[in-house]
Amino acid sequence: MNLTKKDDGGARSAGWSFDEIRDRWASASGIVRWPVYLLLVVGALFLPSEAIGSFMAPGGSDWPTMLSDQIAIYVLLALGLNVVVGMAGLLDLGYVAFYAVGGYTIASFSTKYGWSFWETLVLAILFSALAGVILGAPTLRLRGDYLAIVTLGFGEIVKRTAANSSYVNGPRGIQDIPHPPTLSEFEILGVQPLKYGLLDSRPYYYLLLLFIIVTIVFVKRMEGSRVGRAWASIREDEDAAELMGVPTFKFKLAAFAIGAAIGGSGGVVFAAKQSSINPNNFEFLVSALILAAVVLGGSGNIPGVILGAFVVAWLPERFRELKDYRMLIFGFVLVLMMVFRPEGLWPSRRRKAELAEGTGGMGSMGAEVAGPESAGTSAEVGK
Amino acid sequence: MAFDDFINQFWPSTVDGLALGAIYALVALGYTMVYGVLRLINFAHADIFMVGTFAALWTVQTLGVNSAGGLGLIGLAVLMSVVAGLVSGGGAMLLEVLAYRPLRKKGASRLAALISAIGASILIQQLFGTVIIRWVFGTSKEGGKLPLNEHFVDRSTVIDLGPIEVSNDKLIVFVGAVLMMVALDQFVNRTKLGRGIRSTAQDPETAVLMGVNIDRVVSVTFLVGGVMAGVAAALYFLRFEQAWYLTGFLLGIKAFTAAVLGGIGNLRGALVGGFSLGLFEMYGASLFGSQWRDVVAFSVLILVLMFRPTGILGESLQRARA
Repeated sequence: MNLTKKDDGGARSAGWSFDEIRDRWASASGIVRWPVYLLLVVGALFLPSEAIGSFMAPGGSDWPTMLSDQIAIYVLLALGLNVVVGMAGLLDLGYVAFYAVGGYTIASFSTKYGWSFWETLVLAILFSALAGVILGAPTLRLRGDYLAIVTLGFGEIVKRTAANSSYVNGPRGIQDIPHPPTLSEFEILGVQPLKYGLLDSRPYYYLLLLFIIVTIVFVKRMEGSRVGRAWASIREDEDAAELMGVPTFKFKLAAFAIGAAIGGSGGVVFAAKQSSINPNNFEFLVSALILAAVVLGGSGNIPGVILGAFVVAWLPERFRELKDYRMLIFGFVLVLMMVFRPEGLWPSRRRKAELAEGTGGMGSMGAEVAGPESAGTSAEVGK
Repeated sequence: MAFDDFINQFWPSTVDGLALGAIYALVALGYTMVYGVLRLINFAHADIFMVGTFAALWTVQTLGVNSAGGLGLIGLAVLMSVVAGLVSGGGAMLLEVLAYRPLRKKGASRLAALISAIGASILIQQLFGTVIIRWVFGTSKEGGKLPLNEHFVDRSTVIDLGPIEVSNDKLIVFVGAVLMMVALDQFVNRTKLGRGIRSTAQDPETAVLMGVNIDRVVSVTFLVGGVMAGVAAALYFLRFEQAWYLTGFLLGIKAFTAAVLGGIGNLRGALVGGFSLGLFEMYGASLFGSQWRDVVAFSVLILVLMFRPTGILGESLQRARA
């Protein structure tokens, strides 16, 4: 994080800058990269330890619980939304709907028909991808802000339908959702990583970590493939992409379905961990926060998005002692961060280049309205 | 499905729908003007509305009104509108300077501006929820739902045409909203600043070259939008007699839905969208039961956009000449 700070405007001349590391990393070979990936994974495995927890979550709140219930879930959801917003450039304000579909799938199938966690996981991923297609098929022909409000409306429809349907117990929600079955009782360093119970949050964290790693690998592979290039072209200029023969509608639908499936898998783990869900778990605020995580971190860049989700999920929890004021301060921080670093904490190199051209894919707010005095500054920010 | 209810309730739902739609339309005007000029979804506009309801509450409390009817109610409505309009308009201008202008100067992406808007929305909500309500009204966070403990509007039926009965509060809401819309229409079409707003919406670059002061135009746009939201808030307070710090959220997305439904960036579209959304919602409530009214409202939006992707009247502030 300290390094990203140096990334401001004219830091290039500083010699050993963050950009240079990124350039070197981009051309690094597998032999260099794999140890780093391995180190990151090992670091993630030790994240729930008490030593880290004593700084990250002082004042009594349980750090592993915070990790599994808030941070890891947000990271997973932000990675999913990043496919839609960051990679394909579609503004989705109702992402929580897919999270809800996943949660309600496991809740109803496990309590009513006794399906196991792993069976419902597959089903929930299919269902939420289907929900993505159902929402996307009629609406993806809309552009920009129309799509935003339609997805927002869809999110509210899902939440309110759940609150009004007696099949899922209306506003009371569904209780007694079973935890995932215990796979093995083996113990390592005082943790039983495959025993999913009520007390220990760490196994859920490891489960989410597995999901996150699978998602990262999947999304990363996707990004470099034909699909990823098609998304980038749609994001940058949809008309041009269409003219070049990219079937834009098909690829936008794919982005929606993949993003939805990732969100759905997050909902499954959430429901299994909490063992009860109700419609209020799926407020618009969750959609807004996840979108904030993506943009704050730097949309389109996977490490950036993870950082953003971490910040968005962790900050309000870390400062619980501020009680009522923490959301107030959080809103303030959100505005400040956008004012001082509109491209996000850690933008992707490609998105930075797009921003330098002035449009940043989704068009810039009032670049055309900025007035004469801004000409100099806007050029600087883009560097 | 309850067709009997729908038939029986048709005229009452129509009257309710128009009164509700008038409030949606006024709030939608603020969204649509900001969108027309800046291409920004001003999420915090809903909270500017919420600020207005508290300004109206403050007015009623300060005056110590217990029961207002007839001319007294009209006078109260005007006074509340003035106070709420000033507070909301000032708040909206302040919001623009603090949360949007810096981003505009940097040429930031619209996504960043949207996140700033969401942050500002959370900030205003929480500011009222934790600080201002306690400080001004001396009640707890969940309070603020009119600590008067009693209704201050003396309702009576003023128009009675057989099946159509209109009570005085609904009439004031409707007439007040229509007056504001006419005033806005005149302002945008007849004044120099209005011409500035239209030209900026049409082609910002050329507008700058023609000597339009963009900063002032944007400020005025936020001011006018805020005043509209403030008047809407005063009328809302008159009609429902409650103020709550989270009241803005649902009303805000409904009003934005109304703006999109009519064609965003289009002032007359906001009116059409507002009134039709109010009617759809009330008809939907009598047809499917009132717990489904929000679902009906959003479903209508999705259906309309499927067939008319730019809303009922189409986009753009300049083309509709409004």
